[in-house]
Amino acid sequence: MSTANNLPVIAQAANAAEDHQYLTFLLSGEMFAIAILNIKEIIEYGNLTIVPMMPGFIRGVINLRGSVVPVVDLSARFGRGKTEVSRRTCIVIIEVAGSDESKQDIGVMVDSVSEVLEIPRSEIEPPPAFGAKIRVDFIHGMGKVAGKFVIILDADRVLSVDELSMLGQAAGAMPAAQAEAAA
Amino acid sequence: MDAIQQAFVVESRELLQMMEDKLLQMEGGGADPDTINAIFRAAHTIKGGAGVIDCKFIVEFTHVLENLLDEMRTGTVTSDRELIEVLLACSDQLGTLIGCVESESEPDDDINKVSLSLRDKLQHYLRIPSVTSHEVALSGENVHISVGGEMESDNWHISLRFGPDVLRKGMDPASFMRYLMELGKIVHLTTLPDAIPDAIDMDAESCYLGFEISYQSEADKSRIESVFDFVRDDCVVQIWPPHSKLADFISSIEALPEDTMRLGEILIKSGALTRNELDLALNTQSDRQGDPSSQPKIGDVLVNQGAVTAEVVEAAAVKQGRINEKKTIESQLIRVQAAKLDQLIDLVGEMVIASAGANMLARKSGETALVESTSVISMLVEQIRDSTLQLRMVQIGDSFTRFQRVVHDTSRELGKDIELVISGSEAELDKSVVEKLGDPLMHLVRNALDHGIELPEVRTAKGKPARGTLRLNAYHESGSIVIEIIDDGAGMNREKILSKAHERELIGPNQTLSDSEIYGLIFEPGFSTADKVTNISGRGVGLDVVKRNITALRGSVEVESHEGVGSTFRIRLPLTLAIIDGFLVGVGRASYVIPLGTVVECIELSEKDRAETLSRQYINLRGEVLPFVRMREQFEVAEPGGRRENIVVVQYAGQKIGLVVDELMGEFQTVIKPLGSIFKHIKGIGGSTILGSGDVALILDVQSLVALAAVHQNRMQAA
Repeated sequence: MSTANNLPVIAQAANAAEDHQYLTFLLSGEMFAIAILNIKEIIEYGNLTIVPMMPGFIRGVINLRGSVVPVVDLSARFGRGKTEVSRRTCIVIIEVAGSDESKQDIGVMVDSVSEVLEIPRSEIEPPPAFGAKIRVDFIHGMGKVAGKFVIILDADRVLSVDELSMLGQAAGAMPAAQAEAAA
Repeated sequence: MDAIQQAFVVESRELLQMMEDKLLQMEGGGADPDTINAIFRAAHTIKGGAGVIDCKFIVEFTHVLENLLDEMRTGTVTSDRELIEVLLACSDQLGTLIGCVESESEPDDDINKVSLSLRDKLQHYLRIPSVTSHEVALSGENVHISVGGEMESDNWHISLRFGPDVLRKGMDPASFMRYLMELGKIVHLTTLPDAIPDAIDMDAESCYLGFEISYQSEADKSRIESVFDFVRDDCVVQIWPPHSKLADFISSIEALPEDTMRLGEILIKSGALTRNELDLALNTQSDRQGDPSSQPKIGDVLVNQGAVTAEVVEAAAVKQGRINEKKTIESQLIRVQAAKLDQLIDLVGEMVIASAGANMLARKSGETALVESTSVISMLVEQIRDSTLQLRMVQIGDSFTRFQRVVHDTSRELGKDIELVISGSEAELDKSVVEKLGDPLMHLVRNALDHGIELPEVRTAKGKPARGTLRLNAYHESGSIVIEIIDDGAGMNREKILSKAHERELIGPNQTLSDSEIYGLIFEPGFSTADKVTNISGRGVGLDVVKRNITALRGSVEVESHEGVGSTFRIRLPLTLAIIDGFLVGVGRASYVIPLGTVVECIELSEKDRAETLSRQYINLRGEVLPFVRMREQFEVAEPGGRRENIVVVQYAGQKIGLVVDELMGEFQTVIKPLGSIFKHIKGIGGSTILGSGDVALILDVQSLVALAAVHQNRMQAA
């Protein structure tokens, strides 16, 4: 709850600083970042209800203070296998644009959350045409942090509600094993 | 769009709806002053509102409309069907114009063209009777009679309306005022600029002014009247001596062109009347309808043209009483945005869950006092939930009355004479249900108009009244609402349906069906017995959609019909979509909710059956074949099952199937939470709910689950 209260303050600050702040987190050993403006809160992993007949990267739904929020396994979404649940596994609640102008909250499952970083615009490189091993349109840019590259994700693309629901529909129509392979 | 504009749009739409209802009522022969006044007021208020938001195109259009309505009010223009058609068209046009305000756009050329042509039509009506209206206005010192309270004021009261030609004849209104002041003292004077037209239409040489004067003088009435001798022919003067009969006063005011309510207020303000007097006058008038003993109490009545009869006075009094009543009712209502209400309901839902959690913890702690207090809290919270849900309940009446127009238009189009009778409009149901009910209801109504009710000639030939009746009725029955659409038309031909069904191979050649089953066939996709397709209905698309929509609302629809007598469609719906009576079952570690309405019974899957069912997907249920779905397989639960399995027998669309689950956890009532749009394509699951433990449980959608299972099994066999 406290995170939820603190974040908007940070978000406003970020707004003033022209979207320079990013939350970094680990996914199977690799560091990623997401612009902090989209992030609503970070909660501990737990009490997940599995939704049957959905592709593997949709882990299920959680009860976020009364609203039902789907949880996406980013690692599985990138085709890198399911995230193993550990003591540090977190769910980052991100607000993305829904299919009809509305906002929708989606939880993202990550191995661990690292820190909030300020990356100036000059330190962000355009995404490489290939080589990052995830879809190019998922990448907003490559941030340089302490001499290393961090992949900055485009949350609206990665968590596109339309695309997720399409994939969900496809999965419903075929056995789950195939759906996972297709995803 | 800012708040004022928004308020204007909302209010105007409501007024328009009312106006349309009243117009249709008038067409049905109810052209009483009441109705006309209501229509006039609606137009007047819309114009006023449009003026406030500075929306010229609405003001201009409504102005002409208002003028005509005003003429109708005074009785100089009488309504006929044609005029009502024009007025209906005007109300539609107003709707379009308000739509422009809503979308913050200027009306385009097409819209303007319609506006102009309608205005021309209105002008046409206005022009003919303009002379007569003047004559009526000249009724002079028309003081009316009935027994009523006396005005307390010691002052004379003079109502003065100068005619347009006063200035041209070289007379100055101000000089009359000066003359009056020589005879006595003007205590209070209100200038009425209401008659001044828009600047563009205004003639600088015409006089448009009117005055309400409270006057103190020792002179007698004829002396005061003589002041106005010079303008006698060009103005309307009404003079009341001190302590006049109140009722006379009021009824004369009615005859004046200005808005009665407004005049009343002015009179109160100028001290001629007190509010009590005004109310008293209204009451006494309604009590004394057509009293024969009433005779002139004031000798100075020079002209009594009888323009205002006792009945009219009574009607006016009743009308005003009604306005007052309506105003008080309105002030008891609060307009709340639906989203805010939804948020409140969400919060209350959370509170129910949270209090259930607290309750559980209290029990665990074993402290009696704590347990007691938490259980009181949860009881209160549940009461709060019930009353919050009550907030969303709306009367079904509004969605019924909008069919007046549909019936009017459609019956005209079809050349039929049909009356819509509405009953039970006070039955309440959830707003979200009402919204989703509109389309299916519309379909059934159109169907009844087109196929149900016959042409007038056919009806007369059959010995029925030429005018057909369509009834919409609603009532509550055991926790659900029932809506009936009843027509007294031709009814359905049982044989025709049967032969159609055989033709389309919906039923086997030797199958015998009950009547209700036969009539139920009309809800099959693509089923139509209409010989010709009209643009209203008959394409056979539809009734199946109606049924599907209603089923989606967890409701049912059935039909009853007698050939030659008529048909009745009966829709049964739950009162709310927000709450579901569910049956909780466990599959693996997860819990699922099955809508209780679909559950027929629960049985244990016996050891013997379990052994047998490894190879086949049905069991013998008291001699009946019961196909079943193993939820465990359907949902691909990995962990091994327990020792026992149960079958929940559910019924869907008259078909029974079994759902094999691990555990039965009993029934409970729960708040439905929608799953996000990510899951909009998911089959077999209809929503979710939050259990007392805070976990999410999914609600099964039996209908699609069955379809899914069938596809699944077919594929398995194919593979």
